[in-house]
Amino acid sequence: MDFFHVIVVLLESTIRVSVPLIFAALAGLFTERAGIFDIGLEGKMLGAAFAAGAVAAITQSVWLGLLAAILISIALSLVHGYASITQRGNQIVSGVAINFIVAGSTVILGEAWFRQGGRTPALAEGARFQTINFPFADAIRDVPFIGPIYADLLSGHFILTYVAFAMVPLSWWILYRTRFGLRLRAVGENPGAVDTAGISVIWMRYRAVICCGILCGFAGAYLSLAMTAGFVKGMTAGKGYIALAALIFAKWRPFNIMLACLLFGFLDAFAIRLQGNPLPLIGQVPVQLMQALPYILTVILLAGFIGKAIPPKAGGVPYVKER
Amino acid sequence: MSNPYAKLPAWVEYGLVPLINLAVAFLVAGLVVLLVGENPFEAAYHLINGAFGRGEYIGFTLYYATTFIFTGLAVAVAFHAGLFNIGGEGQAYVGGIGVALACLWLDQTMPWFVVFPLAIIGSAAFGAAWAFLPGWLQAKRGSHIVITTIMFNFIASSLMVYLLTRVLKPLGSMSPQTRTFAEGGQLPKLDWLLAIFGLDIGTAPFNVSFLLALVAALGVWLLIWRTKLGYEMRTMGHSPSAARYAGMSESRITVITMMISGALAGMMALNPIMGEQGRMQLDFVQGAGFVGIAVALMGRSHPAGIIPAAVLFGVLYQGGAEISFEMPSISRDMIVIIQGLVILFAGALENMFRPAITRLFSTSSRRAAVVAQTKGA
Repeated sequence: MDFFHVIVVLLESTIRVSVPLIFAALAGLFTERAGIFDIGLEGKMLGAAFAAGAVAAITQSVWLGLLAAILISIALSLVHGYASITQRGNQIVSGVAINFIVAGSTVILGEAWFRQGGRTPALAEGARFQTINFPFADAIRDVPFIGPIYADLLSGHFILTYVAFAMVPLSWWILYRTRFGLRLRAVGENPGAVDTAGISVIWMRYRAVICCGILCGFAGAYLSLAMTAGFVKGMTAGKGYIALAALIFAKWRPFNIMLACLLFGFLDAFAIRLQGNPLPLIGQVPVQLMQALPYILTVILLAGFIGKAIPPKAGGVPYVKER
Repeated sequence: MSNPYAKLPAWVEYGLVPLINLAVAFLVAGLVVLLVGENPFEAAYHLINGAFGRGEYIGFTLYYATTFIFTGLAVAVAFHAGLFNIGGEGQAYVGGIGVALACLWLDQTMPWFVVFPLAIIGSAAFGAAWAFLPGWLQAKRGSHIVITTIMFNFIASSLMVYLLTRVLKPLGSMSPQTRTFAEGGQLPKLDWLLAIFGLDIGTAPFNVSFLLALVAALGVWLLIWRTKLGYEMRTMGHSPSAARYAGMSESRITVITMMISGALAGMMALNPIMGEQGRMQLDFVQGAGFVGIAVALMGRSHPAGIIPAAVLFGVLYQGGAEISFEMPSISRDMIVIIQGLVILFAGALENMFRPAITRLFSTSSRRAAVVAQTKGA
C-alpha cells in the first residue's frame, strides 16, 4: 500500500500548488476572452499577495486581508485597463510595466513598513486561513483506499482551495450561460458587432478586467494567507507566467484550464518529490527539465503539434469606434 | 500600429514627448520615495552624485550602459518589424555559452584580441539560435512570439542552471560557475578613454565592449535605414498587408529579424562575462534583457535615442546603488519600479499626453500659417 500512499501525497501537493494557478488562469480567461492580452497576471498576483499579507498582519483579520488583496488587484487591473482600453496602448507593454512596478514596490514598501527584509510579519493562527476537515475524516482514514482519498485528498484543504475549484464551473456558467458572458466573448471576437448591437465595448472590457482583478486577488491571497503565513518578496516566482501558459494550453476554456493547471501543478509537485531519485525505466531526470516542462509543453502546443490553440480573434487589438 | 494623431515636429516627437513621459515616471517614483518617508530631492542628489561624482562612478555607469545598449538595440530591431521580443533575457543568458566556450577554449594560449572576435561570434550565434526558434514558430506555425519568447526565457533559465551545475562547472567546485578565465579571456578596461577627460577609472569594469556596443548601434542604424532588409522590416512593422502585397516574404523577415535581435541580446553577455567577472556565473544577466524593453521604448527604437536611454538606466543602476547605501530604506528595487514606470508611461501610455501636445502645436502652427497668410496679402 506504500505506492498508493505516495500517490495520495503527490496528488495532495498537486492540489495545493495548483490553486493559485487555477485562480490566475481563470483571471486571464476573462480578460483574454474579452480581447485584452494579460502578461500582468504575475504582477497582480504579487501585489495582491503583498496587500493580503500586510493588511492581515496589521488588522489580524484574514478576511480584511483577502479584501485588500482583491482591491489592490482590481486597482492594478484598472491601470492595465486604462492603458489598453482607454489609451489604446500596447497591452503587452502595459502588462510588463505592471509586473515591474509591483515587483519593485512590494519590496520597497514592505521593507519600509515592516523592516523584515521585504517580508511581512509571520501571521498568527487567526490571521491566516485554516484547513477545513470534513466530518468523520479522522474516523475513516484507516479504511483502505477510500479512507486516504477522503481524509487527505478531499478533506483538509483551505477554504480558498474549494473556492478555486468552484470557480471553474462558475466561470464556465458566467461565460457560456449568461448574457454577460456571451457579450464578453463577443467583444473578444468581433467588437464591431457588439458595438453595432448598441453595447459599449469599452464598458464590457472594463468589466472583464475587473473580473480578472478579483480572481487574481484570490490567487495572491492564497499565496500569502494560506500556502504560507505571510508575504515573502517575489513569492509568485513565475506562477503568473505558468498560469498564462496553462491558459493557452487549455485553449481558453474553463474546464481545460483546471486540467492544465493540475497537470502543471503535478509536474511541479513531482519535480520536488523526485529531487535526485531516479525514475523507473527512464533513469535520472534532471530537476531542471521537470521545471522547464510546462513551458516546453506550451511551446509545442502553440506550435500546433498538439491540436491547435486559437486565441480570441480581437485579442490585443484596441477598439476604435467608427465615427 | 495606427496613429490617429497628427504629425508633430521631429523635436517634439523625439525630444519633448519622451521627456514628458520620463518626467511623469520620475514624479510617480518620487511619490513612492515620499511614501517610504524619505526626501525625494535628497534621493535625486545621491542618484546624480553616485552616477557621476567620481571617475570610478562614471566608469560603472558606462559599464551598465554598455549592457543596456545591447539589449535595447535587440528589442528595438524587433520593434521595427512589428515584433515584440520579450526574450532578450533568455537570449542574453544563452549567448553567455558562446562567450564562455570561446574563453575556455583559448584564454590560456591566445591574447584577448584573438579571443574577443571569437567570443563575439559565439555570443551572437548562441543568442541568434535561441531567438531563431520563436521566430520560426511565429513565421511557420503561427504561435505568438510574445508567449514563446516568455516561455523561452524560463527554458533558458532551467537550461543554464543545468549547464552551470553539471557541465561547465570545474570538477570539485561547489559554486555553479565556470572557472575564472586566464588573461586571454578578460577584456582590457577603457581607462585611457576616461583618462582623456582627466578621470580615474578606479575599479570600475568599463571595458572595450562599450566600443562594440557603439559599433552595434551604428550597425543597427545602417541596417534599419540604409539597407533593403531594413526597409522590408520597417514596411512589415508598419503594415504587414502592404509588405505582403509588395511581395516581401513575411516569414523570411520575421526569422531574420528575430535572429538579429537575438544576436544583439546575446552580445550583451560579453560585457559581464569577459569584461567584469572573468567567468560565467548563474544569473549574470540580472534582468538586463527586460531593461532593454524600457530602453528601446524611451529611445523610440532609434540608436541615437537608445544610447542616451541606456546611459540613463546606467545612471539609475549605478546611482541607485549609491542611494541604497546612503538611504537604506530605498533599496535597489527602486530601480525596478522606475523601470516599470518608464515602460508604462513611455510605452503603454505614450498617447496619454499626446492630444494635449498636439493641440498645443497645431494651434501654434495654424497661427503661424495665418500670420504668413496676412503677410503675403
